[in-house]
Amino acid sequence: MDLLLSGLEILARWDVVIALLVGSVGGVLIGAIPGVGPAVAIAILLPATFSMDPIVGLTVLLGIYGSSMYGGAIPAILINTPGTAVNALTTYDGFPMTSRGEARRALSLAYSASFFGGVFSVICLMLFSPVLAKVAPMFGSREIFLAALLGIILVITAHRGQTLIAAALASFGIWLNTIGLEPVKYTKRYTFDQAFLSSGVNLIVVVLGLFALSQAFYLLQGEDEKTRITKLKGGLFQGLRELARHPRVAGVSASFGVLMGMIPGVGEFTAQFMSYTYAQKTSKQPDSFGHGSSEGLIAAETANNAVPAAAMVPLLALGIPGEALTAMMLSVFYVHNVVPGPQLFQNDMPFVVALYLALLILNVMVLVFLLFSTNQLIKVVKIPNRFLGVVILVLSFVGVYSLRNSVTDCVLAAVFGVLGFVLKRLSLPVVPIILGMVLGGIMEVKLRSGMARVKTPLDFIDRPIAAILFVMILIVLGLHIRRVWLDHKHLKEAKWSNKHSSTRFGAHLSRRKSFLLAERGKKRRAERSMFTRPSTDKD
Amino acid sequence: MDNEELSRHIGRRSGQILFALAFVALSALLLSQIGAETKWVKRTKFFAQPRFWPAVGLGGMVLFGGLHLWRLPRRKIDRLDWREGMIWLQVLEYALWFMAYVWLVPLVGYLPVTVVFLPLMVWRMGYRDKRLLWVSAGLGVCIVLLFKTFLNVKIPGAVLYEYLPGAMRSFFILNF
Repeated sequence: MDLLLSGLEILARWDVVIALLVGSVGGVLIGAIPGVGPAVAIAILLPATFSMDPIVGLTVLLGIYGSSMYGGAIPAILINTPGTAVNALTTYDGFPMTSRGEARRALSLAYSASFFGGVFSVICLMLFSPVLAKVAPMFGSREIFLAALLGIILVITAHRGQTLIAAALASFGIWLNTIGLEPVKYTKRYTFDQAFLSSGVNLIVVVLGLFALSQAFYLLQGEDEKTRITKLKGGLFQGLRELARHPRVAGVSASFGVLMGMIPGVGEFTAQFMSYTYAQKTSKQPDSFGHGSSEGLIAAETANNAVPAAAMVPLLALGIPGEALTAMMLSVFYVHNVVPGPQLFQNDMPFVVALYLALLILNVMVLVFLLFSTNQLIKVVKIPNRFLGVVILVLSFVGVYSLRNSVTDCVLAAVFGVLGFVLKRLSLPVVPIILGMVLGGIMEVKLRSGMARVKTPLDFIDRPIAAILFVMILIVLGLHIRRVWLDHKHLKEAKWSNKHSSTRFGAHLSRRKSFLLAERGKKRRAERSMFTRPSTDKD
Repeated sequence: MDNEELSRHIGRRSGQILFALAFVALSALLLSQIGAETKWVKRTKFFAQPRFWPAVGLGGMVLFGGLHLWRLPRRKIDRLDWREGMIWLQVLEYALWFMAYVWLVPLVGYLPVTVVFLPLMVWRMGYRDKRLLWVSAGLGVCIVLLFKTFLNVKIPGAVLYEYLPGAMRSFFILNF
């Protein structure tokens, strides 16, 4: 109770209240515009938040992170275009509901489910905090190194079908982070004797390039989409009542969201996928999924909104971000010399509780805002794409240039913008680069200090948590190898189902040859060669 | 390559080979420079060597990039790949617009450049609607007011502001 009160005390400031308001309303707006995700907005706003108090800056960013998915549901339901990437599953059941004239019901259900997911996860984590505060100090350098390694492996393996390129891009991030003056031996690494590279490649410059500028280029290069929006009539409160009729689906989906959110690299997509599959399997009408099922909509929206609060756990407790948005937030902590990790939980618990309370209040504010302003809000969906691209381009300048007033930073950001554009065109993942940079830096520092007192390799995992993490790494790798092998097997089966023999021409010729050379083959050849010249081969 | 394998590929196929080739070539080139660009320090443990992490990163880039290239559904560059490459080059125009904006702000000033740049770029993108052009200019003013005037984001005063008379000079440098 004392903790709660001290947390509230931290929040009871006019600038925090304004930050909450700006974050929540801004997040909903940003989410509602297809083409501008929370990553773009957070990347642009990052440098602006450096001059604010940590709690104010983080509240704005958390606000955008937590509320963008509410907004993202609006275009997903009304025009079948997800506002943010994680609202893709919402289109499955949301848009069919709109098509049969139930747009209002779908929106109200999505808001209610999101609200439930958000509040459920915050409450879970507040209750879970004391346990976390006890476990977090058990993490020393070795454990944090292993947790970061586990995080990077999970991020890579989560990109199913693109694991190899995800691993290559994560390695690229690790390498990028090593550029510049190395802090222990003071030797230069990959600076090519250029002064501007001595201080290294700034994470925010890369983030702005890969997320904001690349998105601007992508929108500028593309075409404007024509949208027709259904007019909404009536109130939006019925969703809360409908949600209450599906407590099991909502509860399980929110739990999946919390669990998956806490694991680095896993995030919203896996949580949604698991919740949706669970809801479909246990539903009385599984056939209605994908055709406007209210349970499907609840599962998708509850799971994705339960993730943001949970994603803060590895960041706050261990200093390890699990995905791009929390990686960006980490830089806000660093700028203010607040080092997230076990010490934060031990020494500044009210700060952590204040962040969770901010998320809780935020969810209430967003729900109230949406219930009364959806009719006006849907107009933002109509903003033309290329116009949006121009605006993002101008806003990206604020982000990059205000960092160090450096033109070189802007050139670097533009280069990463073009790289991000190419990656977007090819549907290759961008997130492993950012996490490679952040986690690579953490791994370098922690491995160096962790290895200082290690004599044999086994000493590295002689503590219980280190051993558990090591086993988890082995399990994740084992499961991934198994999945790759199964995929390979299925692929081969699919190939064989179309053909009667091996697909390889060489193998085919070899079998033919062995048949012809076998005794029976020779006999057949002799029979068939009645009308041809007899063979001169000697038996 | 089999249809089944192609259907499992994520995203567009054209351009993949160009990207993979460029990525692997660049990674190999960087890895070949590791001796010159990093140092091996004596009496230092292997894991604490300054060369260790660049080697991990570049090794991973070459290894996984190479495997990705090898596993691509199509390993031959064709006409469509070059067309995709041209689209990547087209984007350089927007990067140049951005750099021009970056270059002009410290000379002419954040407010005037933004107010002119936004409608100009909107015009370039093919919008001829007068209302949209005015909206973009107004948006430019709002962006400058929000970031420079209210949030005090670090954007230096322009060279041109130095020529403004007395109090106006410092007012403009501080706020716009």
